Amino acid sequence: MTETIEQLPTFPMERRCPFQLPAEYDRLMEQAPVSQVTRANGATAWLVARHELVRKVLADSRVSSDRTRPNNPSLVPIPPAFLQPASRPLIVQDPPEHTLHRRLIISEFAVRRVQTMRAGIQTIVDDCIDTMLAGERPVDLLEVLARPVPTLVICELLGVSYAEREIFYDASNRVFSEQSTPMDIGVAIQDLRQFLDSKIAVKEREAGDDLLSRLVNRYREEGVYDRERVISTSLGLLIAGHETTTSMIALGVALLLDTPEQLAILKAEPDIVTTAVEELLRYISIADMITARTVTDDMEVGDQVIPADAGLFALLGAANRDPDVFPDPDRLDLRRAEARQHVAFGYGAHQCLGANLARLELEIVYRTLFERIPDLRLAVPLEELPFKNKTALYGLSSLPVTW
Amino acid sequence: MPAGEAFRISIDRDRCVGSGQCVMTGPDLFDQDDDGLVVLITEHVGKDDVERGRMAAALCPQSVITIKPSG
Repeated sequence: MTETIEQLPTFPMERRCPFQLPAEYDRLMEQAPVSQVTRANGATAWLVARHELVRKVLADSRVSSDRTRPNNPSLVPIPPAFLQPASRPLIVQDPPEHTLHRRLIISEFAVRRVQTMRAGIQTIVDDCIDTMLAGERPVDLLEVLARPVPTLVICELLGVSYAEREIFYDASNRVFSEQSTPMDIGVAIQDLRQFLDSKIAVKEREAGDDLLSRLVNRYREEGVYDRERVISTSLGLLIAGHETTTSMIALGVALLLDTPEQLAILKAEPDIVTTAVEELLRYISIADMITARTVTDDMEVGDQVIPADAGLFALLGAANRDPDVFPDPDRLDLRRAEARQHVAFGYGAHQCLGANLARLELEIVYRTLFERIPDLRLAVPLEELPFKNKTALYGLSSLPVTW
Repeated sequence: MPAGEAFRISIDRDRCVGSGQCVMTGPDLFDQDDDGLVVLITEHVGKDDVERGRMAAALCPQSVITIKPSG
């Protein structure tokens, strides 16, 4: 009789070097694509670690995103006050609630709508680079480019005026600062809710040509208008679209600077930038651990049965390094033909709403930055960069560059 | 069109979440309406176009697109 209880691996696991996933993921993919782990709090959760299985799990109606279910293993600290049923963000909703509220906003991110933002984003990026070139060297790319670009794009999208930008900028920076305590984050979210509340109150009386006004109108047409809902949805956009894009700008630039032969290809053939963006999204997989779910029914995944009420992580980064889909997966190849098959934006009904906007921002940033500052380089060795290893979303807390 | 070279695309709009992957892959085959949901521009396609249709079907996060040989 065996009495040995095998020790489960602990999760999260650390990345083995800045741009490679935890070494443990290779073993999981080869030997145990569906397996159990222990969390720091002692709870167990399941990991799913192959492209096909990650997609299967994320598209299955028995897999819930509801954060208030027991055993949901999410690593993202959303204060419980913002998970109330009447006003929770899209990312924690299940159908039919999720279907209704997502449908009221998806047209804002339709492919052709996003393309109309191109000129505006190009101006924002050019202005940031003008400021950068006029300033001192070295400079923190986070401060001058990676943070301002997504914030300014969201301001434009939400119809936040120039005068209001400081309030908005300050509160959103407090939400995402590593120095913020959970209490600080709660206060900052409350500040943003109040700010959006007053903006939306104005749009209720006088509609403008902006997302908030259109959202108010669509909720009214559907007969389900509730200001709290519109606040939650727009706050969700801000939170989901801000830090993610900032991280991809910073990490993408750092990775390109660290892979000079690939950067040379991008500089010589800037038209490959759309494929390059997909490959960088795949390779970096900033949201590897973001897809925390709960299973509502016993569910067969691969050769295992995940029992009802168990928590799981569908590892996006592992899926994005699956050799069955991406040959030689640990090689960065900006021309990779199958790059678009990545799941860096997730999969299923919750796939990132702003994915096409993020793609456009990244395309414009990478292309413009290396066109205008071709001799851009890291101001410190890559190993000395402050990578955020402890947060659910991978990123950099500063990126000193010079030229 | 010769037999075996004609295909029929169908979509399940009720499941669409507006990711737009289909429009990016085959803007001549798919579009999004005012609500951001998929609409089909061309239902019947030949051998040359079906590959883009298949790629769109494979990338769709909700498996909304189905392609079958017509016949």
